[in-house]
Amino acid sequence: MPARRRATVRPRAALIFGDLWEFDPAPETADPRLRARYELFIGGSFVRPRSGRYFDSINPANERKLAEIALAGPADVDAAYQAAARAFRPWAATPGRERGKYLFRIARLLQDRAREFAVAETMDGGKPIRESRDFDVPMAAAHFFYHAGWADKLDYVAPGRSVVPLGVVGQVIPWNFPLLMLAWKIAPALAMGNCVVLKPAETTSITALKLAEILQDADLPPGVVNFVTGAGETGALVMGHPAASKVAFTGSTEVGKAIMRQLAGTDRRMTMELGGKAANIVFDDAPISQAVEGVVDGIFFNQGHVCCAGSRLLVHEPVADEVVSKLKNRIRVLRVGDPLDKNTDLGAINSRRQLGTIRRLVASGVREGAVMFQPPCRLPERGFYFPPTLFTGVTQSHRIAREEIFGPVLSILTFRTVDEAIEKANNTAYGLSAGVWTDKGSRILRMSTELKAGVVWANTFNRFDPSSPFGGYKESGFGREGGRQGLLDYARVAGEGAP
Amino acid sequence: MTPRSPRAAHARLLDEIGAVDLVGVEERVAKFATRSIKKASKVWGLRMAVSMTDLTTLEGKDTPGKIESLCRKALRPHDDPSVPHVAAVCVYPSMVRHARRWVAGSGVRVASVATAFPSGQTHYRTRLAEARGAVADGADEVDMVINRGAFLSGDFARVQDEIAGVVEACGRAALKVILEVSELETYDSIRAASFLAMEVLRPGDFIKTSTGKTALNATLGSNQVMIEAIRDFYLDRGVAIGMKPAGGIRAAKQALQYLIAVKETLGDAWLTPRRYRFGATSLLNDLLRQLERERTGAYQAPYYFSEAAESY
Repeated sequence: MPARRRATVRPRAALIFGDLWEFDPAPETADPRLRARYELFIGGSFVRPRSGRYFDSINPANERKLAEIALAGPADVDAAYQAAARAFRPWAATPGRERGKYLFRIARLLQDRAREFAVAETMDGGKPIRESRDFDVPMAAAHFFYHAGWADKLDYVAPGRSVVPLGVVGQVIPWNFPLLMLAWKIAPALAMGNCVVLKPAETTSITALKLAEILQDADLPPGVVNFVTGAGETGALVMGHPAASKVAFTGSTEVGKAIMRQLAGTDRRMTMELGGKAANIVFDDAPISQAVEGVVDGIFFNQGHVCCAGSRLLVHEPVADEVVSKLKNRIRVLRVGDPLDKNTDLGAINSRRQLGTIRRLVASGVREGAVMFQPPCRLPERGFYFPPTLFTGVTQSHRIAREEIFGPVLSILTFRTVDEAIEKANNTAYGLSAGVWTDKGSRILRMSTELKAGVVWANTFNRFDPSSPFGGYKESGFGREGGRQGLLDYARVAGEGAP
Repeated sequence: MTPRSPRAAHARLLDEIGAVDLVGVEERVAKFATRSIKKASKVWGLRMAVSMTDLTTLEGKDTPGKIESLCRKALRPHDDPSVPHVAAVCVYPSMVRHARRWVAGSGVRVASVATAFPSGQTHYRTRLAEARGAVADGADEVDMVINRGAFLSGDFARVQDEIAGVVEACGRAALKVILEVSELETYDSIRAASFLAMEVLRPGDFIKTSTGKTALNATLGSNQVMIEAIRDFYLDRGVAIGMKPAGGIRAAKQALQYLIAVKETLGDAWLTPRRYRFGATSLLNDLLRQLERERTGAYQAPYYFSEAAESY
């Protein structure tokens, strides 16, 4: 009888991501040049709110107060709309090449003060300085540059037909990309010859008001752009004002629905850029390491406060284990902490309220039986932080697979066939973006036509360009921002019914 | 495509190890360059990089005298005695015995290029004999080149068999397998060649990017593809292979970026000269210059640092 072969049990190889080489703090030190108090920006100057009220804007990284912000009431919103209405005729009559000069000037002034704006954006919103420095501010400037280029070429926006501006546009933007969303909103509006009343989110008003300083320096005619600050009530006043020819909203689907109900039956135009629950789909022939990188980028960029975040990972069963284990190793080296540190990958959650939402949804994931993984990481004691989080064993009926979490939380589901991947990806009320990871070109083309999402990225994620239209399907909204399509949303094309 | 055709071999290997996406790799490594390493962490990284350096001279005009000055620099890179010695000196086979005389017993190892470095274009038996000769003269490590011609024509078995032959010829000496990434061109090929080599290497052997004799040498991208191959191989087979980027790394700042890539891809176990090396020469004085900058707060003139060699 042959001797029984002894099984050689090898300990499972594992990587060590420890503290052998700790990085010293590397804080960005540029002065954000904040004022202690910010007034409303109406008719080209900073004016005290008629409401007489102010609210605090705090730094979510340490809960310290940054500045006082004016709270706009009905009389203030009225004043802003009146200033915009007065400015509209001369502005619309200004030749496109002249309007373009203002936009070029704004873009260049923003570039000149890029570091200052990056630091202000990070302090106000909690995003890592690496992102505000390398993404938010340069991309905001790029949108002004791009639309400056359009201003004298509007005859070519709708070839063979002429376009005219709509009038005064009311805009409300969210807190996840305060300066960038502002640029997305006002640059096309101004290029086309509209005037603007814009309300930034109450937790992140500062960079809008700093941009108002740039608008003054650029000699933009008074009233062309007006900023009113405040919370939801102010937003409702901006969206519901009868002087608005069009309203543009970026934010949650819930608020978007309320605005649509409010404006139903009026002749006001609307564009809505709302929530998302994007699927990032990884096939077995994908370049796995790069796919993992893209998945990480897709969900942890800006702490997951991204409407097009790839918050659902759909992974092909043959590579599911490999992808999950690589993801775990990858998020072990994500650095969570002080947003002003140049090495920080995940900064602070924008507000206590949002942190509460994330915690509630994560708790529901655990309660409903999904398996949670969080790497060991030390979170700062003060401020709002949440560690990068993965959930495996998630099914379509879990709340964490259906609801937008808007935080650094990835829900991982598996699929077996291409059809199943498409079905699962589309099985959501949202349709803003999707990602496909495969080496097969024909599969990319098929997915891009069958996925009901405004943007489908192939072998990359979260790529943006001012010339590329961005917007959603279904409950992710309608209308596009960026590109020719985005401009058309701020124009009436000759032959269309006058509003 | 017959099962034995070169294309079939190529397809099988790529299928097994998976694809690499160039754009994704470049995006990943761009993030390493945004890391900001300051103060104590910078000093730690600089000293680690000194201790990982394979101080190299590979020139037709090398003499025993030149080797002596290289070895003395290797043993004592700077007047400051707290600066560690480098990992190894890397020389041609004929210079191994001269190098041996100066560094034996010091902890600085003698590495010899062999196998008809840099092209590899001579008879296999001659290449093997060269490796054996270097080891017999006292080389602790052998840096071989792979048969790029065989690789590019799809004859993977031959590439691997030749590596296995050199492993055997090395005996107790460690082996570093130079892929010459600039001649393989694509990241897919670099990953494939890494796996071909690792499958026949022993724990403690290395894979290495370049000879330093072509126009394009180590890049953060090729380094990343290779350390990800090392990581995947280690997690799959449990065998830890070392990595040596060589050529083109001249600035301390670059070296720190490579180390960040190691820290975030392979982890702490590879932050050691036993598993990671820099093939470089002029890098050493820049590391020392930056260390002095951290110590004194000012940059010192170049003549305060002893010259080693003008090789890569």
